[in-house]
Formats: sequence, C-alpha cells, structure tokens
Amino acid sequence: MQNPFEGAKGFAVTLGQIFRKPITQQYPEYKRPVYPRFRGRHRLHRHENGLEKCVGCSLCAAACPSDCIRVVAAENSPGNRVSPGERYARIYEINLSRCIFCGYCELACPFDAITLGNEFELSEYSRDDLIYTKDMLLRPPTKTMPVADRDLYDTPDPVWKRES
Amino acid sequence: MTRAAPPRRLAELGLSSERVLMKDKEPGSFEREVAELEERLLPTTLEKAVSWAQTKSMWPDTFGLACCAIEMMSIVSARYDIARFGMEAFRASPRQADLLIVSGRVSHKMAAPLRQIYDQMLEPKWVIAMGACASSGGMFNNYAVLQGVDRIVPVDIHVPGCPPRPEALMEGIVRLHEKVRAGVPPAYEFRRVAT
Repeated sequence: MQNPFEGAKGFAVTLGQIFRKPITQQYPEYKRPVYPRFRGRHRLHRHENGLEKCVGCSLCAAACPSDCIRVVAAENSPGNRVSPGERYARIYEINLSRCIFCGYCELACPFDAITLGNEFELSEYSRDDLIYTKDMLLRPPTKTMPVADRDLYDTPDPVWKRES
Repeated sequence: MTRAAPPRRLAELGLSSERVLMKDKEPGSFEREVAELEERLLPTTLEKAVSWAQTKSMWPDTFGLACCAIEMMSIVSARYDIARFGMEAFRASPRQADLLIVSGRVSHKMAAPLRQIYDQMLEPKWVIAMGACASSGGMFNNYAVLQGVDRIVPVDIHVPGCPPRPEALMEGIVRLHEKVRAGVPPAYEFRRVAT
C-alpha cells in the first residue's frame, strides 16, 4: 500500500528549492577568486637588482613530464650580465599547449626563478601563440585573476576544514 | 539625481545653422549619399545580425573523450550555466550542433570518428581544442595519441590547461564569440589541415 503523502514529500523538495538563491556564477563579469596555491600561468622572476634569477640549468626542462620547456643557456660576460650565476637562459620557452601545470618545474628550480601564477585565462586562436617566450614570462601577466585570502586558505588548517 | 536638460537648438551646441554643416552639398547629394551608405551598410548590418545570432545560439556537440569532459559537462551545470550564452543543450547529433568541443586526448583510432563527426556537422561550424592533449598531445607524446587535433580538423580556439577550469573553457567560448562577432570566418575557410 502506497503512502498517499509520498507525492507531497517529493513536491516539498521542489518547493524548498524554489526559494533558494541561484548559485550560478556570472563568469565573464564576476570572477570567482582562485585558491592561493592554484597553479596557472608560469612566471619568471628577477632579483631586486634587475638580474634574472634563472641561471639556465635546465633542471625544469628535465623535470617536466610533458617536455614543454626549452632552455638554451649562454655564458654571462662582464659586458653582458643577465643573471648572477655563470650562465643565463638565452632562450626560455614554455609550450603552454603541452604544459599540464603540475608545478614540477618550480619544485625543481634551485633558485625559485620559475613559479606558477594564478592566471588560467589563456585561450588563443592559434597554437603558435601558446608558446610563451622569456620576455612574456618575465613580464607581469596582462590578465590577472582575483586570488582568495591567503590567511584563510593557505594555512595548514584551512577554513573549509575548520568550519565544516 | 537630476540630469541636465539636453540642448534643444544647434546654437547651444556651438553651431549657427544646419547649412554650416553641409556647405559643399548641392541639392539631392545628401539623399544620394544616404542611399550609397545604405547600400554599403545593409549587407554588413545583415552579416552583423547573422553573426550575432550565431553567437547567441551556438549549440555544442557532445564529444567528451577524457578527463576534460568532466569540466566540459560542468559548464552546463547550474554553477557555470552556459545557457546564459545561448548554448542551451549539448546535442548528441552532429547535424544539430555548431560547435565541436574536443575535450580530451584523441587516439589515432578515435581520429577517424572525430573527422567523420566534424564532416557531418552543418556549416558554419567551429572547433574548440580543449585541454593540453587536444591542443598538442600534451604529455602523451607517444605512438597512440594524435599530436593535436588541428592535424585533422581546423581548430578555432585552443584552450590550454590540464584540464582547464570551467571558467577557462568559458573564456575560450567568449573569445570564440568575439571572433565570430568580429566577422572572422570559421577556421575551415583559412586553416589547412593534413588530409
């Protein structure tokens, strides 16, 4: 024998959902902040005196699982000093269409020269445009993303664990 | 909030008379120019309307191949509701779809069905290579995986990421809409692929 109230129970769920606020994110206008450790577009860094941190050791290229980094090193000379070490990266290219954003390159880097930023809006009309050169990686990114509060999420005890 | 009243006379705009604006116009030239302008503008306005309509109802084809398909499915969910862009539903039939989102790595065995599905779509048709594997083969640089779907289909947008966030795919879709609205033809008109 079927309970006559079971249909009403089902409609109660529907009625309850009617009064909830929609959760749709209005993406191109509103961008949800990414987590602070979200791995997006790479960045190369400089020292405070303007020299590049990268010394062209190719450890990132060796650690890369998809072989998307190409480093060609050259010797520093007194007339052309680019990095504090003996050598510098004459060519530093990342093929972002192959990159899987695993972050092994920033783990492998002994000088913290390469880090992964928070930018993920990288669509291009052509595959060739996705090869990022050293100049593009050294410059600050053109599209920046909002980042969530580091004190809330980048801690050993993140907020979603504490409050749930 | 009060708004200033709009100027009613040309003098208030710094002009003395309409004649000043068209000093070198002979009678009838204005009408002729307007007719020429309309002749020139009408097709472009029509094209603009067509491209606007194309961006507002670009239905994607269901072509999920790997982990990128999870992100592709999530853009039709409630949180990233892609119906806001007019992409109401994923169509399982390529004959009802305008946009092919190749999400995931394409093995050589899957390449022929992919090309067949692309050929069955009605023109105009667009292709998004979503993720690293579809764009270039990604980390699967081996004998089994096609090194980029732009070898077999002309690709309009490459979306990098492994997999891209739903927002990243939506950014690719927004950039595709920009491209269509700017009047750029679909990629099969100017991009060659290996046969």
